[in-house]
Amino acid sequence: MHTPDIENEVRSFVITNFLFGQPTDLQPEDSLLGKGLIDSTGVLELVDFLQEHFAIKVEDEEVIPDNLDSVRNIATYVARKISCVV
Amino acid sequence: MCGISGILKLDSSRVSRDQLGKMIASLRHRGPDASGMHLAGTVGLAHARLSIIDLQGGAQPMCTSDGGLWITFNGEIFNYIELREELLSKGHRFATRSDTEVILNAYREYGEECVHHFNGQWAFAICDTKERKLFLSRDRFGVRPLFYTQTADSFLFASEIKALLTCPEVPAEIDLQSLDQIFTFWVTLPPRTAFKNIFQLPPGCSLTIEDGDVRVRPYWSVSYANTGELHDADEQPLAEELLHLLEDATRIRLRSDVPVGAYLSGGIDSTVTTALVRRIASDRLRSFSITFEDAEFDEQSYQDEASAFLGTQHSNVSCSSNDIARVFPEVIWHTEQPIIRTAPAPMFLLSKLVRENGFKVVLTGEGADEVLGGYDIFKEAKIRRFWGRNLKSRWRPLLLRRLYPYMENIQRQPAAYLQHFFRVTEQDLASPFFSHLPRWELTAKLKMLFSADVREVTDNYDGVSEIEQALPSAYRSWSTFSQAEYLEAKYLLPGYILSSQGDRMAMAHSVEGRYPFLDYRVVEFAGKLSPNLKMKVLDQKHLLKRAVDGLVPESIVRRPKQPYRAPDGKCFFGSAAVDYAEELLSPDAVRQNGIFDAPAVTALVSKFRGGRANGAKDNMAMVAVLSTQLLVHQFINQRIEGFESCTHQTLKMKSAALS
Repeated sequence: MHTPDIENEVRSFVITNFLFGQPTDLQPEDSLLGKGLIDSTGVLELVDFLQEHFAIKVEDEEVIPDNLDSVRNIATYVARKISCVV
Repeated sequence: MCGISGILKLDSSRVSRDQLGKMIASLRHRGPDASGMHLAGTVGLAHARLSIIDLQGGAQPMCTSDGGLWITFNGEIFNYIELREELLSKGHRFATRSDTEVILNAYREYGEECVHHFNGQWAFAICDTKERKLFLSRDRFGVRPLFYTQTADSFLFASEIKALLTCPEVPAEIDLQSLDQIFTFWVTLPPRTAFKNIFQLPPGCSLTIEDGDVRVRPYWSVSYANTGELHDADEQPLAEELLHLLEDATRIRLRSDVPVGAYLSGGIDSTVTTALVRRIASDRLRSFSITFEDAEFDEQSYQDEASAFLGTQHSNVSCSSNDIARVFPEVIWHTEQPIIRTAPAPMFLLSKLVRENGFKVVLTGEGADEVLGGYDIFKEAKIRRFWGRNLKSRWRPLLLRRLYPYMENIQRQPAAYLQHFFRVTEQDLASPFFSHLPRWELTAKLKMLFSADVREVTDNYDGVSEIEQALPSAYRSWSTFSQAEYLEAKYLLPGYILSSQGDRMAMAHSVEGRYPFLDYRVVEFAGKLSPNLKMKVLDQKHLLKRAVDGLVPESIVRRPKQPYRAPDGKCFFGSAAVDYAEELLSPDAVRQNGIFDAPAVTALVSKFRGGRANGAKDNMAMVAVLSTQLLVHQFINQRIEGFESCTHQTLKMKSAALS
């Protein structure tokens, strides 16, 4: 799976789940935390989604903003995980 | 406790008896025991009575013997016995034993300044026929509601908005700026209400109308000592003084010619008020509580423990998610504003239980958290500020996990994220609203649900700067702890706790709440206490705990604080999914009302249906959307048929909402 495809799917999840499906000017590098788009349970929802949708295992120590704080970071992280699995 | 309403014609025409009758009939739930009207040319006052003091002599509207002053009054002046003595000694004469007559004579003696002499919870209107003036007043904290509006030829006031809306000339329209406020602060900023051109008299204010000029004047506001002037002496004498004040506050709140009961939540506040009643009254006290099917919210074991310790005869009502969904439309009929949480619904069921047991009056622990340092938001701010002193510290933010032991999501939160949710920046630290920024910012996310039309109006509005402009000049000289207390006492307390969750839920079943912690003497005493006495390190309500040592069970004093909460958004999608929710959340109904973006609501609904909505934001969003839709449906779309018949009507779905 190409990183841009992953990015699209992650973006779509973020919009549906955290932005009430509203079309927004969400940019790939926008910080989800910085913009307050994700609440305290949001990160747990995000992790569940990544594990189910991309069939990866997100380790506790990987749940850090560096991996998960923007659509682009998430896509890069997921692509890395998938390539490890393959 | 009662309902009041009135009309003042501004064009010299006569008040319509029929219109005044409709207004007061719509408030019958507040006063089912009797009703009365006084009409004199351009003025009409009306009253729906719940008889509590001077059952024979207290009928209203009441006048002075010379007919110069007429009053319609909702509430209680708890120190009326002492005031009556004082007024007798000044030569005033009384025909009744009621507190209503005490207000009349106090007004005669002190004029508009009479309110400074009252210790109570009131909303009243006095018609001064000689001065050709109407004088309205509301108690210091806004325990009792009072709304008003003006049409081309009339000034109208009432205990509830629905009474004003019985007048065809009063338009029922949602105020979008108010909506923006509720979707940030949970409340409207007084004098606004959810309805355009309908206002509330702010707590601690009086209003006069003379020659058509309306003048609102504050007579009291919650205040705090400057940082250098706080009481920080020995704890013990201050604890004793606090207990003494609370005892007297409770004593005068037991003045009633009908039996008084008590709410017992299982927390320290209501256990304290109940314990104080037990010390004063010899009869076996009746206590009441809510239990929840869902263990996450239930406090029954503590309620049973408190009841056994205090020897009360206890009754409870169990509340399920289905119960909340079932009564929610009627709850919104009474709140008359959108709400963010379902917590008022169980209070509605509780007042019903109280009424079914034959009680009209209950004492509760409301106000202790605001006045004596109990809220988690104070603790959260203290930890965030402590962290802010060393922003690089890795362990300081971990204290945040201790904040909400009852919230599973917070406990599961990775540390790196926890820091971000409660983030502290230099800019935040400099804000006068440091304590409240996380709550306000989270709630404001709900505005993403607004329709494009609504956003066009609200995008240019900044509620936070409106609060900032209204801050008292002394605000910045208060401690940061007091600043947080002020924001709670000034806004959330009257606008939500005492109204949506307080008066409106209790009065839905003709029950009057009384709040010893909100005796102004207690509040003024607390305003001079050092924050360290209210929250010692992280021990909430520290001085109160010290003051009541031995009076209440140790286990209740030491238990972890559990704020009163109820199941939220999921209630409407459980095993007994409710038809009205499905219909009001449908794209057609959402589009018709025009407040929310239909696809956004659909996305939210599907998240709930799919069992994927667990977060605070989603739950608040669902309750906010549904309550707003119910408000519009009941007060605007169904306006006429609903108001002619005085009580809440079963929702007539598919007839009015979806045409």
